[in-house]
Amino acid sequence: MHGGFSAYLRRDLLLAYRRRGEAASPLIFFIMVSTLIPLGITPESGRLAEIAPGIIWVMALLATLLSTDGLFANDYQDGSLEQLLISPQLLAMPVLGKVTAHWMVTGLPLTLVSPLLGVMLSLPQEGYLPLLASLALGTACLSLIGAVGAALTVSLRRGGLLLSLLVMPLYMPVIIFGSATVQSAIDGFVWFGPLAILGAMLAAAVALCPLASAGALRLASIN
Amino acid sequence: MPNTSLLTVERLCFERDDCNVFEQIDLRVNAGDIVQIEGINGSGKTTLLRLLTTALQPTSGTISYSGQSIDLCRYQYLSDILYLGHQPAVKMTLTVAENLRWMTAGSSACPETALVAVGLAGYVDVPCYSLSAGQHRRVALARLLMTDALVWFLDEPFTAIDKQGVGFLENCMRDHVKRGGAIVLSSHQDLRLDGVRKYQLMPHTDQRGL
Repeated sequence: MHGGFSAYLRRDLLLAYRRRGEAASPLIFFIMVSTLIPLGITPESGRLAEIAPGIIWVMALLATLLSTDGLFANDYQDGSLEQLLISPQLLAMPVLGKVTAHWMVTGLPLTLVSPLLGVMLSLPQEGYLPLLASLALGTACLSLIGAVGAALTVSLRRGGLLLSLLVMPLYMPVIIFGSATVQSAIDGFVWFGPLAILGAMLAAAVALCPLASAGALRLASIN
Repeated sequence: MPNTSLLTVERLCFERDDCNVFEQIDLRVNAGDIVQIEGINGSGKTTLLRLLTTALQPTSGTISYSGQSIDLCRYQYLSDILYLGHQPAVKMTLTVAENLRWMTAGSSACPETALVAVGLAGYVDVPCYSLSAGQHRRVALARLLMTDALVWFLDEPFTAIDKQGVGFLENCMRDHVKRGGAIVLSSHQDLRLDGVRKYQLMPHTDQRGL
């Protein structure tokens, strides 16, 4: 069967397109919950502005986590994963293709819609660009890290909770530096520092996570 | 060369959860062979096929392809085999033609012709979720017409297939071995083919008392 990065990227995007409703659920969750914040906490713009960067980042993280579960599960159930494991190509490339497709379906739309939520949560003006930049890099990290967890739990029937427990500690640095990027910009500091660390995390994740996921998938196939 | 041994399995052992699924399997598959693996349910037929396709790693023992250990010629070996597992690996939301094109990417054969041959002529652009289980199997079986793989591993290929389908599959297998290919399959049915070699899998130690 055909392996390779772009083949899997294209196929997973097509699959997501065919199940648009399911693919859109993290985005809808993200928008819905962020809409509830002003209602539940306070509509007062001064206080909202204080918590906006953190809230948007927490919601983006949870929305990504929500969708990570199905990254390999569908392929495992219908037998395509088995075919992928015995394809002659290096396993990490198709995995990276799948993760990229996952990011384009979840992280990228979250990033693009985040300025709108910034308006709702009265995010100060100087925070928008850092928010977009940090979410773009950060959600890609989240997808890559989530892939390792999804691969480890793929053979468990209800691996959702275990998956969250496994990846949550690894998500923490991402959210710390992600919201720090936005917060420093709002406070008038240079925000390239935390963003650069996010970028470094992404570089490390791109290099390591596909390999780790590939190894985990091979382990899962024993069961 | 009729006696070239394509696949040689020597002293293959596999352990799962500290229990031997099988001990010391020796098997030779030559070009033109059809090897039918038999055994009661749970005797490890699927496990053996998955070991042979490298989806599982054996605990000990070697598998050689054309005289070379498959660890050394992994790329070549995996390029030359085709595995049809229990699950047909058919994506429900893709159409029949899209599925087949995906499964056989790189093949020069025409998916439409293969689909006509497996009796799915009118279903080319139908999404697979509206097909039956047997039709899903047929989509997967259409791969056999488009592949140039030398060794086929078929795990219970006759599941959910009707009588005509069985006949078609047997013809397909006959043509493949005539071309010098080899087939290893697991099935409980008796094949209406000449020269089928049977390999009996013994139930593992813990099950013998049952």
